[in-house]
Amino acid sequence: MSKKEKKIRVLIAKPGLDSHDRGAKIVARALRDAGMEVIYTGLRQTPEQIAETALQEDVDVIGLSILSGAHPTLFPRIMQLLKKKGMTDVMVFAGGIIPEEDIPALKKAGIKEVFGPGTPTSTLIEYVRNNVSK
Amino acid sequence: MFDRRKLAEIKKQRKKWEKTTVPNWLRRHPERRKNFETVSGIPVKRLYTPEDIENTDYSKDLGFPGELPFTRGVHATMYRGRFWTMRMFSGFGTAEQTNQRFKYLLKEGETGLSVAFDYPTIMGYDSDHAMSLGEVGQCGVAVSHLRDMEILFDGIPLDRVSTSMTINGPSPMLLGMYICVGDKQGVPREKLAGTTQNDNLKEFFAQKLCIFPPKPSLKLSTDVIEYCARHVPNWNPVSISGYHIREAGSNAVQELAFTLADGIAYVESTLERGLKVDEFANRLSFFFACHNNFFEEIAKFRAARRLWARIMRDRFKAKNPRSMWMRMHVQTSGCTLTAQQPANNAIRTAFQALAAVLGGTQSLHTNSFDEALCLPTEEAVTVALRTQQLIAHESGVADTIDPLGGSYYVEALTSEMEERAIGYIDKIDSMGGVAAGIEKGFFQKEIADSAYNYQKEVERHERTVVGLNDYTVEKDWIPMDLLRIPPHVEKEQLARLERVRQGRNRQKVKQSLDKLFAEADKNKNLMPSIIEALKAYATLGEITEVLRSVYGEYRELIVI
Repeated sequence: MSKKEKKIRVLIAKPGLDSHDRGAKIVARALRDAGMEVIYTGLRQTPEQIAETALQEDVDVIGLSILSGAHPTLFPRIMQLLKKKGMTDVMVFAGGIIPEEDIPALKKAGIKEVFGPGTPTSTLIEYVRNNVSK
Repeated sequence: MFDRRKLAEIKKQRKKWEKTTVPNWLRRHPERRKNFETVSGIPVKRLYTPEDIENTDYSKDLGFPGELPFTRGVHATMYRGRFWTMRMFSGFGTAEQTNQRFKYLLKEGETGLSVAFDYPTIMGYDSDHAMSLGEVGQCGVAVSHLRDMEILFDGIPLDRVSTSMTINGPSPMLLGMYICVGDKQGVPREKLAGTTQNDNLKEFFAQKLCIFPPKPSLKLSTDVIEYCARHVPNWNPVSISGYHIREAGSNAVQELAFTLADGIAYVESTLERGLKVDEFANRLSFFFACHNNFFEEIAKFRAARRLWARIMRDRFKAKNPRSMWMRMHVQTSGCTLTAQQPANNAIRTAFQALAAVLGGTQSLHTNSFDEALCLPTEEAVTVALRTQQLIAHESGVADTIDPLGGSYYVEALTSEMEERAIGYIDKIDSMGGVAAGIEKGFFQKEIADSAYNYQKEVERHERTVVGLNDYTVEKDWIPMDLLRIPPHVEKEQLARLERVRQGRNRQKVKQSLDKLFAEADKNKNLMPSIIEALKAYATLGEITEVLRSVYGEYRELIVI
C-alpha cells in the first residue's frame, strides 16, 4: 500500500466524567464510514489513558469530546502528555459544549480546532482530511 | 366507537373524497412531500377519520380519568384541581449557590425541587478524588457528605416541599442524606416526599453513569425500593426513565418500550424480595422526554399509561388500581436545543411543554434556552418557568381533562405506539429480559443506530432544524451572558470537605464503614447501615469505595 493510500487513524476520546457520548459516537461512525480507521476509547478516560492509547494505537488524529465543563483543566493536560510522549505531529481537534471565550486558550495549548454543537459530520471529515499531518 | 352502518357510510364518503376532491386539488397544489412520518418513522396519513379508530373500545381502551386503563389521566379531575408540579432541574457550584437558586425558584412560583448533582457526586467520588479534577460543581451541585446536603436544604422545610434527585448509582447514599436532613429538621420519615431516580438499568445503555456491574446495581436500586416501601411511604423510590434513552438518540417508540421493559425488571426484582406487588407498585414513577413531534409525544404519554396499566393488571396480577397507574415526570428535550439562535429554544421548549401537559404529566421541567451553551442563568431559567405558568394560567388547556382524547389522529397514534412498544417488549422478553439485552448490546445498538440516522437526516436536509440547517444567520444573537462556574467553587468545596474529615469521630466512621463492608455481600438491605455511616459523616466517596471493593466496577460495553 502506498503512503497516499494509508488510512488515517483517528482516536475519538471522552475525557472527564460526563457520559454524553451521542456526539462522540456519531463522529466516530461518520469518520469510519468515510474510510478512516477509528478507535473509540469509551467514557471517562483520564488524560494519561488517552495519551497512552494514542501512543499505543499510533494515531494521526485525536478527537476529544467533552460536555461537562472540565475542558479548561483536562485539555491542556492531555496536550502536555502528548508532547511529553513525543506525539507533536498528532492533530487534535475537540467538540462538545465549549464556550467561545475558552477557545483561544485551548488553541494556545495546541488544540487545532474546536467544533460546536450542530457541526455537520461532513465538515469534520473534510477538516480531518485536510489537516492531518502526513 | 361507531356503529357499523355509520362507519360504512363514512368509508364510502372518504373514498369518494379521495377520488374526486383530493386529486382535483392536488393537480394544482402538490403536497410538500411524498411521505409524511413522525420522528419515530410512523407513517402519517393525510386525514384521520372514525375508520382509524373503529377497533378502539371506549370503555376498555380509554375509560375515565382516575380509572383503568388511565389513558385519559391518572387523576379524576386532573389539572382542574391542581396544576402539574413545576419542577426545575437545578444545581451548580456549591451547596450554598444551589440553595440560593432553589429559594429563588420557589419564590418565583416553582412548586417542587429537583436536584442536579455534579459528575463526581453522580459517580460516587468525593470532590478531591483524582477523577473529580476539573468537574467539581460544573454540571451540578457538589455533594460529598451530609454537611453539604444540610447546606443544600438550609431553610427549606422538608415537610413542605417535594424533592426529586437525579441520582442513580449512589441513590442509597443521597436518599440517606436527605433522610438525615429530615431527621435533623424533625420531619418524620413518612412525611418526606420526593423521588430518587435510582434507575440503574437505563444507565447501562442510555445515561451511562454506571458505577457497579448490573447485578449489584439492581440490588442497590431494589434496596431503595424496599426500604421506602417499609419506611418512607411517600417517597417515589425509583423514576423509571425514558428521558436518557431518548436523549442518547432513541426514537419515541424505543423510549416507550425500553422504559416499560425496565419497569418490568424492577417489579420482578422487587417481587423476588418477597414484597407483594400491591405493596410497592403504587410508588413506582416514570420519567419521559418530550421531543419535537407534538402529536407523537402526546400519543406516547397516553400509550405509556395504558400499556403500563395492562402490564400491571395482566402480567403482575395487581389488584389495587393505584398499582397500575403510571405517574410521570416529563422534561422537554435537551437534544432538540440548538446552540445556533438560542432564543428559538424558548419557543421549542414551549411547544414541547404544551405537549407534555396535553399528554397529562404530573410534573414538568422546562429547559432553558441557553442550555446548548451552558447551565441556565437565572434569567433563562425564569423564562423557562414562566413558560409553564403561561400554559397553566393563560392558555386554558388545563381546564378540561385530556382535551385531545377522541381525536381520530391522536387515538390512532396512541394505539400504534402501544402496539409497536408491545412488539419491542416481546422481543426483549424472548431475549431473556433487560439484563440479557444489555449484555448483548441490543439497546446500545438500537439507540446508536437511531441517533446516527437522525443526524444523517439532518445533514441530508430531510429534516429541517430551524437555525441549524435552514434559516441560518451569520451571527447568532445571544440574549445574555453565559453562566460560568468560577474556580473558587472547587477551592471552597475542597476546604469544607477537609474540615468535615477533620471534625468527625474517626472511630465511628471506621466502625460504620466496616459494618457496611461486612453487610454488602450478604443478602441484606444496606440502607440502614449507609444511613448510620452518613450520620457519622462518612463521605459519599468513602461509602462508594467500600461498595466498589465488594461489587467491583462496571466496564463499559462499547457499541458504536
